[in-house]
Amino acid sequence: MTKGIVIEGLKKRYGTGDTTVDALKGVDMQVAPGEVVGLVGPSGSGKSTLLKCLGAVIEPSSGRMRLGDEIIYDDQWKIPDLRALRRDKIGFVFQAPYLIPFLDVIDNVALLPMLAGERNTVARKRAVELLEALDVGHRAKAMPSQLSGGEQQRVAIARALVNRPPVILADEPTAPLDSERALAVIGILNEMAGQYETAIIIVTHDEKIIPTFKRIYHIRDGRTHEEAGEGTSFTELINNEKR
Amino acid sequence: MISLAGRDILHGWGRFLLTGLGLGLLIGVTLSMAGIYRGMVEDADVLLKNSGADLWVVQQGTLGPYAEPSSISEDTYKGITGMQGVARAANITYLTMQVREGVRDVRAMVVGVVPGGPGEPGQPGYLIAGRHITASHYEAVADVKAGFALGDSITIRRNRFRIVGLSRRMVSSGGDPMVFIPLKDAQEAQFLKDNDALLQQRRRTMDNPLFNRPGVPGLLEAVIASQTTNLYVNAVLVQLKPGYHPEVVTKNIQRWKQLQVYTQPEMRSILVDKLIATSAKQIGMFLVILSIVSAAIVAFIIYTMTMAKIREIAVLKLIGTKNRVIASMILQQALGLGAIGFVVGKIIATLWSPYFPRYVLLEPGDAIRGFIAVMVISVLASTLAITAALRIDPAEAIGG
Repeated sequence: MTKGIVIEGLKKRYGTGDTTVDALKGVDMQVAPGEVVGLVGPSGSGKSTLLKCLGAVIEPSSGRMRLGDEIIYDDQWKIPDLRALRRDKIGFVFQAPYLIPFLDVIDNVALLPMLAGERNTVARKRAVELLEALDVGHRAKAMPSQLSGGEQQRVAIARALVNRPPVILADEPTAPLDSERALAVIGILNEMAGQYETAIIIVTHDEKIIPTFKRIYHIRDGRTHEEAGEGTSFTELINNEKR
Repeated sequence: MISLAGRDILHGWGRFLLTGLGLGLLIGVTLSMAGIYRGMVEDADVLLKNSGADLWVVQQGTLGPYAEPSSISEDTYKGITGMQGVARAANITYLTMQVREGVRDVRAMVVGVVPGGPGEPGQPGYLIAGRHITASHYEAVADVKAGFALGDSITIRRNRFRIVGLSRRMVSSGGDPMVFIPLKDAQEAQFLKDNDALLQQRRRTMDNPLFNRPGVPGLLEAVIASQTTNLYVNAVLVQLKPGYHPEVVTKNIQRWKQLQVYTQPEMRSILVDKLIATSAKQIGMFLVILSIVSAAIVAFIIYTMTMAKIREIAVLKLIGTKNRVIASMILQQALGLGAIGFVVGKIIATLWSPYFPRYVLLEPGDAIRGFIAVMVISVLASTLAITAALRIDPAEAIGG
């Protein structure tokens, strides 16, 4: 595997002395381009810490992370500009869409390429293409407050994809949606992963969507365990957690 | 790159505009305060210019006639008129008092001038209606700010005067409108005693055997007449002949007449540096306080607006927006708010300035300085919000 994301022995320790907490005790993961994997685990298991490390928002304590052909972390950051790394190489989809309320749909999506220095017209053209691919092209001029929850989440997905990042980190993207819309969003993410060769990691508690993943990483006590693939039910995961 | 600040302002333009209006009222007050100070200085300049004098001759050792009481003989002007370099000299009196018209009182500076036309020292330079005082008694020219009309009858002490002319921008350094009356009437008004006091003084004089001697007929009447006549004026206004230097004529008058003489620059210095200095300091204090209040309001509003966008700013930072872009967004909003406030303030100050009791002079230079001050205040006020925004952790966009 030469592209996608590879994580080896990733550790994160908070605090010092008696207050030390090992949130990640050696996480190993790899997600191929075009692959969508689930990341599940109970509260406090280290999911959010892992997501923040992968998203270059907090610095791990040790380990190694490779994004595509590039080593981005090897016991220390290997990339000087983490902001540019997040902008160009990592897409984010959140539990709530968190669209910028004062920008219309098209500029919410086009903002990222504009921040990367792309001309406004080119950035907007790319945004429109993506919005149309996600079936919200007709709402391009609407403000976020005028969209339904499902439409907002599609726009958020378009924003995550617009710079063609090799990896997308999705933090419970279906939490506020009903079953039908949740499955539709997962379907879109799967489709986009294939279309744009993007590795997607979805953190979720949503029992509706867990069976749709081909591979699932179960994080327990700061370590990841790879679970059986497609069709794994939430109950099975809970039982595995109790083992 | 799109303007994030502009979009945010357009998105919540109603709230932004209302905030700008509120700030504008404050800036309007600030500009008006500056305008009041400028008006006071301008009033002083106009007072000097309209007096038509090159020199003011007053009692020795005084700052008269505007800043301190001054009393000199009414005959002094005759000697001054004959001196080298003097074109014209005229007596003048000033007395700030209540002038009655019907049932209302107006605070005014009553100026006693030698009857004559324009150009006579002390006479108002130009009139907007009517004519100058020509009779020796009971005519008056009033500044339009006093609210009198041509033909009105006004009462000064016990005498009644008819308004024959109206002037404009003739006010004292305190902002009171001027009412010009003939010199003799003004002298009488200054020193006029009430009837009881006159009777009492007359009886005391009659009872004095030195003034009521059988062998000197008419002595008593002469003494009583001298006691009820005022032979003093406050100042002599002097106009110079062309080509004569004021300093030279001043030295001559001071040497031969034992009087104090002030040139125009010296009199301006007395008016501006002494008479209105306290008011200027007061206004200066108000300007400082209003500037601090404006800065606090801008800072509070921008800080509140920024804190309401914590999640959006966290998302912006997470997706790679540079600190420079976020700081610029907040700074532009502060500057935008300041600019709206300034425009509103300038319009409001211009609209309400004619209704102030004192002359308010809004100078373009003050407006430019005010605009720069508002922009500087906006920049300073935005630093709090910018600091807070830059401290927002992008991780706040991710749950957990």
